[in-house]
Amino acid sequence: MKQYLNVVTAYMIMFTLIILVGIFQSWSQALSILNYCLISAVMTIGANIQWGYAGLINFGIMGYTALGGLAVVLVSVAPVPEAWKAGGINMIGSLGVVVAMIVSIRYILKNIQKSKKRNYLIAGTIVIGLLLIRLLAGPGIESIEAVDPAKTGFLGGLGMPILFSWIVGAFFAGGLAYVIGKIALGLRADYLAIATLLIAEIVVSIIKHEDWLARGVKNVIGLKRPVPYEIDLQTSPWFINLVEKFNSGKLKVIGTISERQDVLKQLVVDASSVYVKLCMAGLFLTVVIILLIVTQKALYSPWGRKMRAIRDNEEAASAMGKNVVKEHLLIFILGSAVVGLAGAMMVTNDGLFTPGSYRPMRYTFVIWVMVIVGGTGNNFGAILGGFVVWFLWVEAAPIALFLINFFTAHLPETNALKVHLIESAPYFRFLMIGIGVLLIMRYRPQGILPEKIIKQ
Amino acid sequence: MNAIILLLNYTIIPALSYGSQLALGAIFVTLIYGVLRFANFATGDMMSFGTMFAVLLTFYFQSLGINFGFLPTALLTIPFAVIMMILYMLSIDKFVFSYYRIKKSPPVVLAMVSVGVMFVTQAIIRIIIGPFDRRFLDGEKFILKATEFKEMTGLNEGLTIKSTQAITIVVTVIVVSIMFWFLNKTKTGTSMRAYSDNEDLALLSGIDPKKVVLLTWVIAGILATVGGVLYGLDKSYKPFVYFNNMLPIFAAAIVGGIGNPLGAFLGGYVVAFGEIFITYAYKKFFTYILPESLEPNSLMQLLSTDYKFAVSFSLLVIVLLFRPSGIFKGLRL
Repeated sequence: MKQYLNVVTAYMIMFTLIILVGIFQSWSQALSILNYCLISAVMTIGANIQWGYAGLINFGIMGYTALGGLAVVLVSVAPVPEAWKAGGINMIGSLGVVVAMIVSIRYILKNIQKSKKRNYLIAGTIVIGLLLIRLLAGPGIESIEAVDPAKTGFLGGLGMPILFSWIVGAFFAGGLAYVIGKIALGLRADYLAIATLLIAEIVVSIIKHEDWLARGVKNVIGLKRPVPYEIDLQTSPWFINLVEKFNSGKLKVIGTISERQDVLKQLVVDASSVYVKLCMAGLFLTVVIILLIVTQKALYSPWGRKMRAIRDNEEAASAMGKNVVKEHLLIFILGSAVVGLAGAMMVTNDGLFTPGSYRPMRYTFVIWVMVIVGGTGNNFGAILGGFVVWFLWVEAAPIALFLINFFTAHLPETNALKVHLIESAPYFRFLMIGIGVLLIMRYRPQGILPEKIIKQ
Repeated sequence: MNAIILLLNYTIIPALSYGSQLALGAIFVTLIYGVLRFANFATGDMMSFGTMFAVLLTFYFQSLGINFGFLPTALLTIPFAVIMMILYMLSIDKFVFSYYRIKKSPPVVLAMVSVGVMFVTQAIIRIIIGPFDRRFLDGEKFILKATEFKEMTGLNEGLTIKSTQAITIVVTVIVVSIMFWFLNKTKTGTSMRAYSDNEDLALLSGIDPKKVVLLTWVIAGILATVGGVLYGLDKSYKPFVYFNNMLPIFAAAIVGGIGNPLGAFLGGYVVAFGEIFITYAYKKFFTYILPESLEPNSLMQLLSTDYKFAVSFSLLVIVLLFRPSGIFKGLRL
């Protein structure tokens, strides 16, 4: 038990902080922070699998997150029959061309000796394929995007339950990771970081600009939810009764019936948003706990020891007969799939898909900071990092505002410096996070909760 | 003739000036990588930091009534901005990077540390100047206007040369040639190259590592500030855009072979020309050179301009696949 003391203390502090937010700001706010903390935790588990277990740098987290979000749209949104009628055949045709291209390139690679002729054949196949796709998809895309562009203008999804899309999101991200891994995993560490960062940018720019796929920067709003809607809750009697029971003490004090009705109405509105967020939090918590159990088991299994061996000394592991390339690819896919799952969860939580919001700052670097701060190679640490950094990221502005007011209390309200500082309070989050990283890297490079090697 | 002018106006000149801006950044990345041995993720923000001082000083000079004739005032402020920038970089090196250098940490750790520096720099910039878009170009806007050119030559297509484009190209040529002269012809420059090629041998032959590091930051500071100011003059100054510029700059540095200044210089142009040539709509071009019967009816665009960045990144991926050490491997001046 004693060895888990620091883990327990760290988590206790974290939850106390969130509860404090609930008491001082609002419960709804506290729960949104908690939800995002949980989503960040899933992302950090994914990044930690790659960096902590295997020492692979993946700066492409943004791309997998976006792909997970895309999966939500493609799976859960109802299909748009007009768009399918307008351009569906063309798009299916182009997909066929893509498949044919891949198959023929594989055929060429297999059956023709390495030579100039082979290179020309491959290049020719790609060029012809691209031309065919342009010819086929061009008019298709135009007619799809012309279908009621203010509301749809895209093919829509499959209309399936949204929870199913979480799994699909993981598979999408894993598939992308397979391709990227095949291309880039042989590179040296810092090359790999740059390459993954740039490939993620390519993925996001495709999602942003292919409007027929998911409306691009026009965003998809009003996605389905795995939990009840606030409006439905506010009209359902059992929920109103529940709120009444909870607040009976508060309601008794109020004299007149009409006033009591008004107060109750307000309470129901507040409680419905809290209830929805609680349901979400429950779902996310389940995912986090399942992932935590699985990753813990994996880390202390023979497979986990093998991964650590590869991380710490690639040559030695390879000499012992471990297939380093294959293991790296596997772990790259696994980690990315977890990140894709997190991306799908995030879009589900927001209820909207906004490709324009995927930026490397927020979705790659902040996640990396979480892993480093929390503790690389330790799953509890990574999750804690997700909590701590996200909490700071959200609460940095209020904290900064408080500190500015505290230190400039002697200055008059109109003082130029004070006004300027208060206006720029939101940017202190970058400063806090940056200094936090620098301090951690310098004085505690293993993170808040360092990696534990259990000797069996 | 019209076709050539058209291409010159819409692709070659913009690509040259954009390429110069990228090239300066790419040399910055490559120098840090070659001498200090890490990928600097704070590149974009360091350029932004230098530019911020140029912008602030430009506004200050303008309020004092100082200007630079028909040239933008910002050019006057570059020396001061460079000094501030070098001071900032040296203090960062002293307080942050030197610790890891002495400890001989792996490059990955230094890259992570540079992510931390990136956050701090971004915060400082946003706290000082705010995240807004700022234009600080003054003086003459155009050297050659489209209408003047049409009158002069009697052609249908106009050629516009913005003064910022000319300034960019001229300043880049000056700065880069001085730098290459320094690296190749002076003793200190040679010692820097030696240190970058083989640290142990360089130390054995009595090269002072402190001096080399100091010089690297000084040169890097000059390059970053000049590159940043030129980009800001040409487009506008916005911290977020500078952060994003880091990506094509990295692409340029890797395409040219990271660690090789000349490669990085050329890589900048490769990336810029790739971006602009692939996303340019050639319809008008073909209407000039083809007979009327063959006139194309589509835009003749390989990729829409939305994919500008994606082009340079794909270029990088292709280079990484086939020549991971860059297309200008082993090229030396």
